[in-house]
Amino acid sequence: MNDTFELRHGDTHIEVHKFFPGAIAGVTLLALTLQAAFPVYVRRLDFLDLPLLITIYFGLSRRNPSTGLLLGTTIGLLQDSLSGPTVPLGLYGIAKTVVGYLASSIGARLDTEHPLARFALTAGFFVLHQAVMVLTRRLLLAQPEPWFNMHLVMAAGVNAVLGVPLFLLLDRLRRSS
Amino acid sequence: MVAIPSRHRSLALLAGVLLAQILMLAVQIKRDSRGRLIRVWAVSTVTPFERAGAWGVGNVRGVWHHYFALRNTSRENEALRTENDALKLAMSQLQSKAAEADRLGALLQFKASNEKVAMVGARVIGASAGTASRTIEIDRGERDGIHRNQAVITPDGAVGKVIEVYRDSAQVLLLTDKDSGIGAMLVGSRIQGPVGGTGEPMLTMKYVATEETVNVGEKIVTSGMDKIFPRDVPVGTVLEVKAGNPFKQIRLTPAAKLDRLEEVFVLLTQEPLEFQKEAEAQSAPVPGTPAQGVPAETPATAPPAAVKP
Repeated sequence: MNDTFELRHGDTHIEVHKFFPGAIAGVTLLALTLQAAFPVYVRRLDFLDLPLLITIYFGLSRRNPSTGLLLGTTIGLLQDSLSGPTVPLGLYGIAKTVVGYLASSIGARLDTEHPLARFALTAGFFVLHQAVMVLTRRLLLAQPEPWFNMHLVMAAGVNAVLGVPLFLLLDRLRRSS
Repeated sequence: MVAIPSRHRSLALLAGVLLAQILMLAVQIKRDSRGRLIRVWAVSTVTPFERAGAWGVGNVRGVWHHYFALRNTSRENEALRTENDALKLAMSQLQSKAAEADRLGALLQFKASNEKVAMVGARVIGASAGTASRTIEIDRGERDGIHRNQAVITPDGAVGKVIEVYRDSAQVLLLTDKDSGIGAMLVGSRIQGPVGGTGEPMLTMKYVATEETVNVGEKIVTSGMDKIFPRDVPVGTVLEVKAGNPFKQIRLTPAAKLDRLEEVFVLLTQEPLEFQKEAEAQSAPVPGTPAQGVPAETPATAPPAAVKP
């Protein structure tokens, strides 16, 4: 299970990556810690969503929808837990579950190693993540939340830009085949 | 257990995880005054079924009650009809008793206000057998001190006079009898004239000169000149005045309700009575009512009231 293997999808062979033991847990923990620290130390970076980037990255890399959605669920619920009593458990969890599942599903079908593909996918997943959040807030929590604003677009762009080097950095945690 | 195809397992897992989180959210969220979201959802989910169930049960029950459970309805209906008839009868009797109590109360009040005047209360026990005369029979007679030609009244006014006395009953000739007569006068102008009956419900006042002024609505009371009735007992109200030669034709409605007498007083003396002063208050001519005849410059020339025996 720790080895890299290939997923046969039609005529395309897509490589499924494995990571060093504890890499996923460590990176997740680090991302959540940094995310919790941003509002305290660097308020301008509060639009960064490192747990989301981690979810996207591992989803695209692992290419297993079940693993991806469970990882997204775990990261999301942890983020909910760290967000204080005003954020109910499940708000980020639902959004990141959807993102984790879709990232894994897309990763199993497409080659997502190219930086441009990663940029586009990250931006798209960020918007999707926000859309699920707004939907959850509106439907379940009855909280008025705008569907779209410029801040969202900028945040999507910044997260996507940051995602490209971050993903390259995380690639180093892969075990060589 | 139903096996989920491997390609759908991740989808099923996704659905399960999402559902679990949504439920978790619902358990946490409290919406204003509507309680926790999970409770709102549960109630919203169950309510339509409950409503449908209640509607169905209500309809089934209605059909059962209205179509199948009618075995004893006919019997119950008959019993209810009988009960209804009995209740109607009882209610009618009670209403009658209440009316009687009112009448007796009025009589008692009248007697109390005239306690110095000797009078005997009597109950009407019969009436004339035919239309040729207007008489009533009362349950008081010779043993109660009743004599012929004594005045009979109610708290509303004059009724008639005693014409026959028996041991325990007496006959009273009503004012509406065509052979009846009573000395009377108009309250306002004090013009005198006998009032008698015509065999109809209305009375007539006779021997009022054409030139006298008589207004519709004017009150007429006894004059005391007939030696039967004391003065100022209400007799009636002028209903119609017609010019005549040499006397007016005056019709009036009786003050006492002569067509529905049940209790009366027989006056044993001619001492004046205390009646309500309503007649005097209304004795002034009614504005706007057409005066009949020309105002007289001379006093009334009508003959004194004469009472037929």
